[in-house]
Amino acid sequence: MKTLIIVPAYNEEQNLPGVIQDLRTHMPEAEILIVNDGSSDNTEEAAIKEGALLCSLPLNTGIGSAVQTGYIYAARNGFECAVQFDGDGQHMAAHIAALTGPIKDGLADLTVGSRFMENSGYRAPLTRKVGIGIFAAFLSLICQQRLTDTTSGFRALGKRAILTFARHYPDDYPEVEALVMAKKKGLVIRELPVSMRQRSAGRSSITPLLSAYYMIKVMLAIIIRLSKR
Amino acid sequence: MGFLEIVAFCASTAIITAVIFLIRSGRLHERYALPWLLSSAVLLTLSLGRGLLDGLARSVGIYYPPSLLFLGGFVFLLLLLLHFSVVISDLKRRNRRLTQELGLLGVELQKLRKTVESGKSEADRAGQ
Repeated sequence: MKTLIIVPAYNEEQNLPGVIQDLRTHMPEAEILIVNDGSSDNTEEAAIKEGALLCSLPLNTGIGSAVQTGYIYAARNGFECAVQFDGDGQHMAAHIAALTGPIKDGLADLTVGSRFMENSGYRAPLTRKVGIGIFAAFLSLICQQRLTDTTSGFRALGKRAILTFARHYPDDYPEVEALVMAKKKGLVIRELPVSMRQRSAGRSSITPLLSAYYMIKVMLAIIIRLSKR
Repeated sequence: MGFLEIVAFCASTAIITAVIFLIRSGRLHERYALPWLLSSAVLLTLSLGRGLLDGLARSVGIYYPPSLLFLGGFVFLLLLLLHFSVVISDLKRRNRRLTQELGLLGVELQKLRKTVESGKSEADRAGQ
């Protein structure tokens, strides 16, 4: 199954080499595409040094746009599976096979790696946990299936999902809205338990205040999206 | 004419002149100039006849006629800002598409370079 691993990266010069090694170790047959979202540090140089395929966006347009660029590339180059894998080193490449399995077997269109299905020892600040919990409850209700980690960016997509998101993909906390979009398009969503590492170097670009703002914005977007069509 | 009317007259003439100048020098799109020209024309008309404004205000039930002007100006600005928000959202969307396509072109270039380089090194190895 022709697989593309999309690695969105914003100022991850320190984490990127480790991420690429991790991917090459566990997924040697897959194509790796680094999407540099207008980084101001040496993320681009780090990617070139590792010899990875690099899509450098000249301006910072956000995670939604960066990931969508990867999906567009996947759609244009006939990939049957696309994996979204964070450039900060929190995701573990060893889990990718578990996520792509259901795609390969045609059991799901979109698989999500959840930190909260089993006790994976993931520690997050309280505000983050509360936010994730609220979204999970809200989305579980909307999608009529049990969802535990709706903000997880660790996902695998089949062809149908790739084409859907290559056309339209949300900005700002896109992971949550994307699930609603997928459900509306009749795509099959499956969650699988994974564990993730804590962020090792650099800072997350989301502060608690920004978190609250995004939460409200996404809730609004979801409600509006639900009322359409 | 009272002081206020003179100020209003000069202001509206100045705006109309400025807008026409900006359109001619290509710095303002005709589409965005229309609301400015329209409101300047209204201001101009009202400044020439104080009675007009008083009559209008009385018919709407406003005691102090200039308040009607302020209300009108406020509503105008509100609508203008809404319009700008729409325009900005559209620009943002287009910007994003362009940025993405630029990035994707870069990938194709990178792949092309690799192909050319490997083709060259193969020719070298085959021996000219």
